[in-house]
Amino acid sequence: MTARTGAQILWEALHREGVRVVFGYPGGAIMPAYDALLDSEIRHVLVRHEQGAAHMADGYARVSGNVGVAIATSGPGATNLVTGIATAMLDSVPLVCITGQVASRFIGSDAFQETDITGVTLPITKHNYLVTRAADIAKTIREAFYVARSGRPGPVLVDITKDAQQQSCVPEYSDQPVRMRGYRPDHQARHDDLKRAAELIDRAERPVILCGHGIVRADATTLLRALVVKTGMPVASTLLGLGGFPATHALSLGMMGMHGEAWVNQAIQEADLLVALGMRFDDRVTGKLETFATGAKKIHCELDPAEINKNVRVDVALVGDVRETIEALLPLVEARDHHAWIARISELKGDAAVRDIQQLPPGGRLFAAHVMHDLWRITEGKALVVTDVGQHQMWEAQYYKHDHPKKLVTSGGLGTMGFALPAAIGARFAAPSDEIWVIAGDGGFQMTACELSTIAQEGVKLNIAIINNGYLGMVRQWQQFFYNGRYSATPLKSPDFVKLAEAHGLFGLRVSTRDEVAPAVMRARAARGTVLIDFRVEQEDSVYPMVPAGAALNEMIRRPSSIVETAEDE
Amino acid sequence: MNTRLRTFIMHVEDLPGVLNRVTSLFRRRGYNIESLAVGRTEMPGVSRMTIVMEADDDAARRIEANLYKLVNVLRVEDTAWRPTVSRELALIKVRTDQGTRAQVLQLTEVFRARVIDVGPEAVIFEITGTRDKIDGLAEVLMPYGVVELVRTGAIAMVRSADTVEATPSVQQQPQTNAA
Repeated sequence: MTARTGAQILWEALHREGVRVVFGYPGGAIMPAYDALLDSEIRHVLVRHEQGAAHMADGYARVSGNVGVAIATSGPGATNLVTGIATAMLDSVPLVCITGQVASRFIGSDAFQETDITGVTLPITKHNYLVTRAADIAKTIREAFYVARSGRPGPVLVDITKDAQQQSCVPEYSDQPVRMRGYRPDHQARHDDLKRAAELIDRAERPVILCGHGIVRADATTLLRALVVKTGMPVASTLLGLGGFPATHALSLGMMGMHGEAWVNQAIQEADLLVALGMRFDDRVTGKLETFATGAKKIHCELDPAEINKNVRVDVALVGDVRETIEALLPLVEARDHHAWIARISELKGDAAVRDIQQLPPGGRLFAAHVMHDLWRITEGKALVVTDVGQHQMWEAQYYKHDHPKKLVTSGGLGTMGFALPAAIGARFAAPSDEIWVIAGDGGFQMTACELSTIAQEGVKLNIAIINNGYLGMVRQWQQFFYNGRYSATPLKSPDFVKLAEAHGLFGLRVSTRDEVAPAVMRARAARGTVLIDFRVEQEDSVYPMVPAGAALNEMIRRPSSIVETAEDE
Repeated sequence: MNTRLRTFIMHVEDLPGVLNRVTSLFRRRGYNIESLAVGRTEMPGVSRMTIVMEADDDAARRIEANLYKLVNVLRVEDTAWRPTVSRELALIKVRTDQGTRAQVLQLTEVFRARVIDVGPEAVIFEITGTRDKIDGLAEVLMPYGVVELVRTGAIAMVRSADTVEATPSVQQQPQTNAA
């Protein structure tokens, strides 16, 4: 083999890992790599801000199931990735982020655009590397991909000095499985524990399955269905677990937690068994821990041993890949049904449905829930929806019923505003033929709105719905509920989003009544290019129900019936 | 529940930044380290850390699980369940003069501390032993005037021919309550 530069080796190593698209932004310390990019088959998407690159790689990874790749230069380029890396870390998304670094002889000298990015990202990556020799690039890239996707996935950062990119060496690529001295990410549930879990499931009278992100990431949806069909256990879902079990299935309860439906949370509180699958008992899901499902035995199927007994003490821990665990559990459990328990849950549901905003007559004021509901109806629940963070995110989770996995992409753990638009661009490259809807608030959208240029330059087709209420809505809602209605820094002035779309050569529409929703959605779907719809919704609407932070799951703030009546009067 | 000082023995890859990764984990998860000792081992490329910290059984298991998530960590052993010997080294400089020197030397002899430097106004002692033994000596010397005290933190070893291997094994899984 002939000698190649480190930069050339980098692209070859990425290609060998199956990478066909990367998201990035050039700069001084990564210029050798960008020069070699011109001779690579890998497609590069030029972002407008490196945070966008990380979110695009993230969206790509969540939808494709592969590792997403972001690339940036040293210093500010690298630090701009940080929010995106932390987002991927908290949601266990496999990323490899490549950053340029100043030449090795300048490291530690505070050289121009030098940042200790491996130090900065230490607590928000699964692992990171500083590479100072061309000869280490191929091996490090291979290891980085292995670490990112194996076990509980996560982001890995590879910082490569400029001289390592410039040096030449004879590359050594390996097709052998990666062998590392430490790092053993695989675990298997013990047979005794599986048997004990099966006994608990067989004996339960009021069981609830909690479906988490792990079900989606491990492609365990078919097995979960088989488990539900056999055992008759109803399924509640975390935000990131939505789509892991079909929302329109009779045994699907819906989302649990802070903005979960009241009957779901009530059912969890009344349960005598919780079977948690690929979830980590986040505080947004459990409410006050001391009051969380106190009467229930708990089985926790989880890949990461460090999550066991972290927030909630469990009775049986099944540490391992959730798909393998369900597979092993299935033959051990008895076929059951739970008529009485399901009837009890239906009873709880009956009460809540009356308060549902979906029941409002058409033609009245435009509520965000209308938009979500109509969007779901028109797209027949089949769209790939990418949401931002805030009220609209919760409304989407409540009203857009996802029947399939990987059709909802959202920032759960970190709650990163500005995530949706770039993540959707990444998702587009993973699912070229899907109908994609970006749903964002007027606040979050403006955080990464610069990526509209990326959409225009790359010719990406997306449908964008801005749920525009003129406030940072979720914070406004908290101020209304918990800070005596003192609106501090939440009223928000936005640009004319229609003109903003037009300025980027995209098409924009404005919708302010319910009647206009369907035609606008149809127009966006039919258009060949990206269409942005500015939905002017009710300004001071709140997400109901709501479990206040630190309260028990069944202490919910319910939708006041007066709002419903006022709306009906019109 | 069962909170006590615990000693973890860890084998890690001897690479730049690994110590930082380990301590960063303790910092981030809010665990407070009592003492930490790092050094080379009989195996090339492998460092051994002895970490002493306060933790109950549950926290100890999670610390172990979190440490295993660090890619450079080869092996973690919570010695709470195994017979272990543990030693610290301390250097203690005590103010002495003609009147007190004999007394101080006598006291330190009881603790089997060694004199390693004698000056006109102070003596430096070296002592190895358990944490308690060193605490004990420091306490009795205090009235004479301890000018400086430095200790290494504990290093530990499992007794008899048992070894704590540097090769990763199947990680200990959490014990859960019987149904």
